[in-house]
Order: sequence, then structure tokens, then C-alpha cells
Amino acid sequence: MPKITYKDRDGNSKTVDVENGLSVMEGAVQNDIPGIDADCGGAMACSTCHVYVEEKWLDKLHKAEEAEVDMIDMAYDPKKNSRLSCQLIVSDELEGLMVTTPEKQS
Amino acid sequence: MKKTDTIIIGAGPIGLFAVHQLGIKGLKSVVIDNLDKAGGQCIELYPDKPIYDIPAVPECTGEELTSRLLEQIKPFDTDFFLNERVEEVKQEKENWIVKTNNKNEFTAPNIIIAGGVGSFEPRKLAVKEAEKFEEKYLFYAVRDKEKFKNKTISIFGGGDSALDWALELSKFSNVNLIHRRDEFRGAPHTLSEIKKLEKKGKISIKTPCQLESIEGKDTINSIKVKFDDGRIEKIKTDVVLSFFGLIMKLGPIAEWGLNMNKKTIEVNAENFETNKKGIFAAGDICSYPGKLKLILSGFHEVALASVECFKRARPNEKYRFEFTTSSKTIQGRLGKK
Repeated sequence: MPKITYKDRDGNSKTVDVENGLSVMEGAVQNDIPGIDADCGGAMACSTCHVYVEEKWLDKLHKAEEAEVDMIDMAYDPKKNSRLSCQLIVSDELEGLMVTTPEKQS
Repeated sequence: MKKTDTIIIGAGPIGLFAVHQLGIKGLKSVVIDNLDKAGGQCIELYPDKPIYDIPAVPECTGEELTSRLLEQIKPFDTDFFLNERVEEVKQEKENWIVKTNNKNEFTAPNIIIAGGVGSFEPRKLAVKEAEKFEEKYLFYAVRDKEKFKNKTISIFGGGDSALDWALELSKFSNVNLIHRRDEFRGAPHTLSEIKKLEKKGKISIKTPCQLESIEGKDTINSIKVKFDDGRIEKIKTDVVLSFFGLIMKLGPIAEWGLNMNKKTIEVNAENFETNKKGIFAAGDICSYPGKLKLILSGFHEVALASVECFKRARPNEKYRFEFTTSSKTIQGRLGKK
């Protein structure tokens, strides 16, 4: 199982094994990682699973579709490397992925 | 104080179907919701997205589901209190008293909380000085556009609300439209109108940039925005409007003494009652072993909760299980002959 690292803005981090096929958001929720609220449950209807993706990973992820970018407009403090973690599906290629949670989700 | 049999908090699909399940049992209800319309997440978050798992409805959008539910509960002539948030819940003997932020008071033996993930509220600007200007020079909604005449207005956001208001207010004010990226998400027609007005100098578009600070003592004098390349621009501004959509906040529900599990309310899976007698929770907001956050689960939950609501509202009557296909009483309540 790929290891995914979740870091908060203070630098505290937790690395967990997330099954292939789950989203980075689900990996966080199942492992009680704070900082990812995922209010809508992964329907891409809110933006409370917003994360910043470590730069070197940006190209390895599939590009965000328009609806995701629109949703990121609504996120708290969006940046160039912002993604919705519900849209990042874990696979072997993402072994070692690191995401940082924003100061807050809403 | 308004008396009823059940107070339903939340006008999403589950709150609406609760009206039906109570109504066919002869119980009256009122529905309270913080949004300005019924439908909850279905209408606010995904009105156009198709839903494929409503039994016997192969496909329908959030908006269609809402309008069908509203049609289904029409016979019960239920009062809706929209744009209102429940602030306080307290007990008085066998009854509950509910107070809203609009100073309405209700009393009933039952409350069904079908609150989803909480009430929808505008997402606020992140800069700390935003709060002191709020509702005076900084707004998250436009109620009375007269207030915005002959001003310099800076509008934040890239969606329909931001674009529509930029267009409307540019008729009698100077408008800056500010967005974090170059693309806007809005009706193509609105977008082309805005581009035209930009050429004429009526609207000034600032992208890609974000709010850095709001300046002014009692009133707003100017704002500073930071562009992606690091450049900072000071923009003279009288009024700030911000349209970053709505977020869901659990709000006062957490303070009503109910057993909570993270942001959900614990219930038993027999009648979906909470630890307080007569307060039920259904839909996304409730939790019990095996809970699935599906609309269809919420329908089941309110059906069972409504039976216990009947027993509490009509303690001297015997509850009789009836089918809508054969019960003349139910058919009467539905206005069928």
C-alpha cells in the first residue's frame, strides 16, 4: 500500500498506508488525520478537503478538471499547488506523496 | 409561540420527506432552514448534478429531487421558516421550545434534526480586519442595492454571484472585479457583458490576485491586493463585496446537550432518537453503527422516527401501521378520493 504523508502548516506530519483506489481525502478520514473536513463526503461539492500538494508531485497527478478548479476558488487561501484531496486517487505511482493541510478549511 | 407536533430543522430532502411521513400520520410540522429556499445540499451544492441512487428514479438532479419532494408534501400545507437559524433548544416538561435568530418561537413534543452538515453560511474573508467592517462596508450578500450607489466597490470572487453583481452595480458605481485566477466561472453572456464594460472603463478586472489587507479606521479607504508575481496594488475602495460561496457550519447544534460523535449526532437505529427524548436526528447529521450518508438512508430514518413522533404527540391514541395504497385515512390526508 502506498504511503501518504499528511503535514499540517506547523510542520507536524503523519504518514499512513492508504489502499490503492481510495482518495487522499478518504485516507485522511479513515486515519483520523485532522485538517481535512470533507463535509460533502467526496462529491466535489464543497472545498473542505483542500490540500497543498508538494511541488514535485504536481506533474505526476492528473490535471484538475474544471469543476475542481472552480471549487478551489471557494477554498480558504488557495495557492498554485492547491488540490481537492477527494479528487486525488491513490495508486502505486503516488507512493510517498506529501500533502499539506491549510490553516483551516472554512 | 407557535405550537405544532414536530419541529423539523433543515429543509433538505430528509427534512422534506419527514413532513410527508409525519403528515400521512396526521401530524403537523414546521420546517426551519438557514438557506433562502428548500433543498439543502441538493439545491445549494449540486442542483444540476444527476443523482442515480434514488429508488425507482433512475436519474434526477438535486433540483428535480427537491421539486418532487415539495410536490409530494403539498397536501400537508406546511409552514416553512427560511433564512432562519435555530439558536436555542430548551425543554419544558414534555415539550421542546425552539428559538430562531429571527425571534420566532416554536413548541412541540418532537424535534427532528435533519441538518446535513450544519447550516449554510457565507465563507468569510480571511484577513483579520474583515470582521470590523462586516455588515457596514463589507458584505457577503447584497440585500439592498440602493446602498451601493455612487461608490467604489471591490468585488471578490469568480463565480456567478460575483459576476452578476459586478454587472448590476456597475450601472451606478465604479466596480473592481478581483479574482485569484484569470478564468471566471459564469454564464458566457454575463462574461461577455463584463468584458465590454471593461473596455468602456466601467469595470476594472484585477487577476490573478488575492486580498492582502483592508485599510481604513472606521470606514474602508482602500484595499491592497497581491498579484501572483508578488506585486502589490493599492485600490481605492468604499465597499467590499465577497462571494466565495457558502460553507456548512454545525453551529449551535453542538450546544444542545446531544451526544455527539465528531460532527454528527448519535442516535439509536430503532427510531433515530438522540439521548434526549423527543429529539430525533436523521440524514447526514446522524450516526449509528453502519450509517451510510445516502439520501435513501435518510428517508428510512425519518419514516421510523415519525412513528415515535406520533406516539409522543398523540399519547392517548394507538398507533396503527397503514399502507398508502389501502388506507382511506391516509388517502384523505393526501387529498385523494
